Amino acid sequence: MSKAVSALNGATWSDGIATISEVTLQGMITLRGDLSDPAIRSAATGVAAVDMPDQGQAQCTDDRGLCWMSPDELLVLCPYDEVAANIEKMQTALKGIHSLCFNVSDARAVFDLSGPNARDVLAKLVPVDLAPERFTKGMFRRTRMAQVPAAFWLHDTDHFRIICFRSQAQYVYDLLKTASACGSTVSYF
Amino acid sequence: MSTRLATGGRLLNKEKAVRFTFNGQHMRGFEGDTLASALLANDQMLVGRSFKYHRPRGIVAAGAEEPNALVNLGVEGKFEPNQRATTTELFEGLLATSQNHWPSLEFDVGAINAKLSRFMPAGFYYKMFIHPRPLWKHVYEPFIRQAAGLGQAPKGRDADTYEHFHAFCDVLVIGGGIAGLLAARSAAQAGARVLILEQTAHWGGRAPVDGGEVDGKPVDKIVDELVSELADMANVTMRTRTMGAGLYDHGYVLGYERLTDHAPETDGPRHRLWRIRAGHIITATGAIERPLSFAGNDIPGVMLASAVRDYVVNYGVSAGDRTVIVTNNDDAYRTATALKAAGLDVPVILDARVLPVDSPLMAEAKAAGIRVMMGHGVAKVLGGKRVTGVAVCAQAGEGAVLEEIACDAVAMSGGWSPVVHLWSHCGGKLLWDSDFAMFRPDVDKAPTGADGSPFVSCAGAANGHFGLTEIVGDAHAMGHAAARATGHEAIPKPAPDAASTEEAPMAPVWLMPQAAGTALRGKAWLDYQNDVKVSDVQLAAQEGFESVEHAKRYTTLGMATDQGKLSNINGLAILSDALNQPIPQTGTTTFRPPYTPISMGAIAGEARGKVFQPVRQTPMHAWHHENGANWEPVGHWRRPYAYVRSGETVHDAVMRETRNVRENLGLLDASTLGKLVVKGPDAGKFLDLLYTNMMSTLKPGKCRYGLMCSENGFLIDDGVVARIDEDTFLCHTTTGGAERIHQHMEEWLQTEWWDMKVYVANVTEQYAQIAVVGPKARKALEALGGMDVSAEALGFMEWADGTLGGFDVRAYRISFSGELSYEIAVKASEGQAFWDALMTVGDALGVMPYGTEALHILRAEKGFIMIGDETDGTVIPQDLGLHWALSKKKDDYLGKRAQERTHMIDPERWQLVGLETVDGSVLPDGAYAVAAGTNENGQRNMQGRVTSSYHSPNLNRGIAMGLVLHGPDRMGEVIDFPGTDGTTYTAKIVSPVFFDPEGEKQNV
Amino acid sequence: MLMLTCPVCGVTAEETEFHAGGEAHLTRFGPGSSDDDFETYLFMRENPKGVHFERWRHVYGCGKWFHAARCTTTLEVFGTYSAQVTEPPKEILDAISEKRPGWTWRDLA
Repeated sequence: MSKAVSALNGATWSDGIATISEVTLQGMITLRGDLSDPAIRSAATGVAAVDMPDQGQAQCTDDRGLCWMSPDELLVLCPYDEVAANIEKMQTALKGIHSLCFNVSDARAVFDLSGPNARDVLAKLVPVDLAPERFTKGMFRRTRMAQVPAAFWLHDTDHFRIICFRSQAQYVYDLLKTASACGSTVSYF
Repeated sequence: MSTRLATGGRLLNKEKAVRFTFNGQHMRGFEGDTLASALLANDQMLVGRSFKYHRPRGIVAAGAEEPNALVNLGVEGKFEPNQRATTTELFEGLLATSQNHWPSLEFDVGAINAKLSRFMPAGFYYKMFIHPRPLWKHVYEPFIRQAAGLGQAPKGRDADTYEHFHAFCDVLVIGGGIAGLLAARSAAQAGARVLILEQTAHWGGRAPVDGGEVDGKPVDKIVDELVSELADMANVTMRTRTMGAGLYDHGYVLGYERLTDHAPETDGPRHRLWRIRAGHIITATGAIERPLSFAGNDIPGVMLASAVRDYVVNYGVSAGDRTVIVTNNDDAYRTATALKAAGLDVPVILDARVLPVDSPLMAEAKAAGIRVMMGHGVAKVLGGKRVTGVAVCAQAGEGAVLEEIACDAVAMSGGWSPVVHLWSHCGGKLLWDSDFAMFRPDVDKAPTGADGSPFVSCAGAANGHFGLTEIVGDAHAMGHAAARATGHEAIPKPAPDAASTEEAPMAPVWLMPQAAGTALRGKAWLDYQNDVKVSDVQLAAQEGFESVEHAKRYTTLGMATDQGKLSNINGLAILSDALNQPIPQTGTTTFRPPYTPISMGAIAGEARGKVFQPVRQTPMHAWHHENGANWEPVGHWRRPYAYVRSGETVHDAVMRETRNVRENLGLLDASTLGKLVVKGPDAGKFLDLLYTNMMSTLKPGKCRYGLMCSENGFLIDDGVVARIDEDTFLCHTTTGGAERIHQHMEEWLQTEWWDMKVYVANVTEQYAQIAVVGPKARKALEALGGMDVSAEALGFMEWADGTLGGFDVRAYRISFSGELSYEIAVKASEGQAFWDALMTVGDALGVMPYGTEALHILRAEKGFIMIGDETDGTVIPQDLGLHWALSKKKDDYLGKRAQERTHMIDPERWQLVGLETVDGSVLPDGAYAVAAGTNENGQRNMQGRVTSSYHSPNLNRGIAMGLVLHGPDRMGEVIDFPGTDGTTYTAKIVSPVFFDPEGEKQNV
Repeated sequence: MLMLTCPVCGVTAEETEFHAGGEAHLTRFGPGSSDDDFETYLFMRENPKGVHFERWRHVYGCGKWFHAARCTTTLEVFGTYSAQVTEPPKEILDAISEKRPGWTWRDLA
């Protein structure tokens, strides 16, 4: 049944200096466990089909990936429809190992921010050095975006993928639009 | 008169005329003018009135230090008061009006204050308006408010937008003069990532006006070369119209970029606040010329010598046809020479110094035919709204007039003060330099950063260097040192060669003439905007305001919008003299950011309108909005307070919804309630420590209401805990509590019980949770079809997973209303679809959504407490009769030890009871119950207070809960609650459970 | 505004990403403790001019608590370290001694 609707149902906006679009229904699983434990690592890489990321990194392909949240937490990305099966797979693999797998696909919203001015736009909102040589592909940063928590990585050149809480999706979307207003290019990078 | 010259004006594009309006008069300037230069070009020297005496005020300076030329700019959404004409770039259609005068700039009634100035000395307001007290509120304050204030607060909504930008660099250079440019270049050459800010629209600062040669080329040529060289370097970012506003701990700097002030029709934000983190900061902020203190130094036409020179060279504008120069240093001679070169008359240079031989600059002036009177000064300036001449006296004397010289402008120079503001913002210390009579940065006491090493240095004039040779050498070296400090080692290239003219030493002159009598001192202005005179500072010292900070506040010296940039040093010197102590002993007042005022819009940045603050929305938010939700903010969430139908008041809607839940079926969006998963082998043990109840004994499939206290013993949250399996619990928190309680759990796990094997995840937003409540709740769920929700299959305080109407759900049989009630959790993404399905099946059952106020009334009817109503951070479970929720079997839980403290077991603590007004009316929420007698302050004794109060439509009367002294022992007693409206409410103490005390409705 | 390095995730970030959590290395006193011990635990805090040990949480980042050794007058940060210790590690104490010879804090020196 296709009753599921993402927070903003795939809203898109490109009337400013960057393009903003909501990524709909991304499967997301919180995995808590000791990330130095090979069992935890293999459970995660097994369902995400990517390599284990190092501290502060994300390994992401299109809709699969692993994001390093903290030494005892990973965010596992996978197709929305595969979440339940993957959780079961991980729980089975981790039987007897202190861990927690939880579906958070519906608790979050995901946005793409793209275009040549993407770094300018994001740097208006996050206190992070986004210079091309400082924030590179593969890095994953959890931080404050204006007044809410957010995490992001470079999904591609000039293309950030941003995760926030679902209840704050409208705020984050409006925020990104405000920061992308016409005439607001900074040209810092 | 002031006028536009036929030649000169290096910053102007004379091809492009610009029209603007001042006080309704149409005027013309050129592209490149500032409003100040354009006003002078139109002979508009009078630009405002002073704050206290309403004295006529003219343009004094050419930059950020201008104290007088403050104007209102724009209209309606673009209106802004207190804009400096000297830093406002002219644009087509600019509208400016002068401030602080009534009825007009030329004729001002308030100027009568000046006539009374003898009776309005420093501290006048403090002394005069203190007695009798009532007069302050009704007479003095309204009058002063009417008369006071520069400009008016804008009334319209700001039509512009603003934003922030986070920038990071190795070396930040503040100031784009010759020193800043050179420092930036040497830092960049070493490989550092450099950001350089210049507050004006032009690079080069004063150097192109003051002249000199670098590497054998005129300095303005060198500036152009440096700018293009830096622009080509990939590791350098350059920003004009961007001021370094404040310098803070650990390399944090606020930059204030004015993007469209000079071109208001352009798209994009008006101002951008740069939030910069720099490894090292160089302030190359130059120096500001000081005025001289002589009688009449505030008459329009008396200007800083450097400003007079700037207007001639940069804008091709003369301040007057005949300009008298008065100085204590060589630099003012450059102004004389520049004026002469522009074909203007300089009748005399009054030089307070007596020197054995002429310096090169003096010789040059004399060679140009200018009369120089050494050892002389101004006794007083002649004129009213405009200078008409000066009376000359000997500097050494008391001001006997030797000669009067006609002129229409006076160019004064009292020496220079380095702009040490940014250096000082973050704790950089200053040294007194007696050669130049100025405070300069003490390089040994720089602000220190996170690693304890200095992170700020000053370069050029800001570092106390004035000759071009010294400035160039200093700036070049500082740039290299800054690069090295940020890990960029490179062999320094040699500094450029600069040639500067040798200057004779300046002589400090704090009062002119030196022994000026009372009459002259009473007309010698220090602070132009706030009308502080030499005599005021002397009076402050005499009256015992010896600390510089006290003297400042008593006299208001330096408290005007220019924050003493022009005259603070002069004031300090006068104060030191009056106290008979050296200037360094007096010290300076504290330099605080911002350097010049920045817009409120820039500080707010993007946070206005829709994104003023994050409003959290549940998955059904849009539905609520479309169905009449009257919103209640709960934390950052918005929850429907009630769904108001057409023709209803909000109160009507609340009553209808409350009744309907008891009679039929209500739906509540409970998605905002916090949901925390707690999992691990030690989860039960952990929750036993967090909750006052025993949670480890809860069976999977069951729910238990729990209380949480802080280590102080006070209630912080409550909610239903469901045991999912042997090592997994789901803890519900209050709406406002999800993040707070999640943090609370993590804090104890990470910092105290880190050996416990427990993981916590905040999964609040994964679910849409809907309370299905009322006698027909079960029918509604059965109509959806799916799992068995019968009393047998799903008893009270149980939960089960299943499907309803094809949705995967988790159903909790819990009740906060005393009705048959289920809370159904579905995936947030399916929340709206599930809500729709419930509304559809509920249609035949009389379903209505209900809001938070109905929720409150329903729970109050049942005597259920609400965190934040019955609790306020000082209430313990024992106060609320919740002893049953305090486990006696546990050795420990957070708050247990605190609840054993003497005050916590005091029988005098107020206890929870129900309250019923005798006449059925509603008690005012928060009202206090009075007791007999008075306390030691003569106030009525108190014996309780109302914590919740509502009109109950089901009981058709007012019901309330409250905390009352010995309350549970006083059932039936009637006590008094005085309201704020003069009436006294009488209420009977009753049980807090008003409705269905046996729970017959819920347990079906 | 301070810059702090979270020892857990390695990120150096500005203060707005963190949340200050009061004095470090408190010893909890629970049921059975004396009134004096409990009062000290709940209410008595150091307020030094100089070296101080604090708890911080990387609230917008990895969410973890950690400890910081800091100078309250100059705001110099001597180091950050794990929250899961009952006293500062030797390298932190050495770093402080090098920069602030003769320092003391509670019973540390």
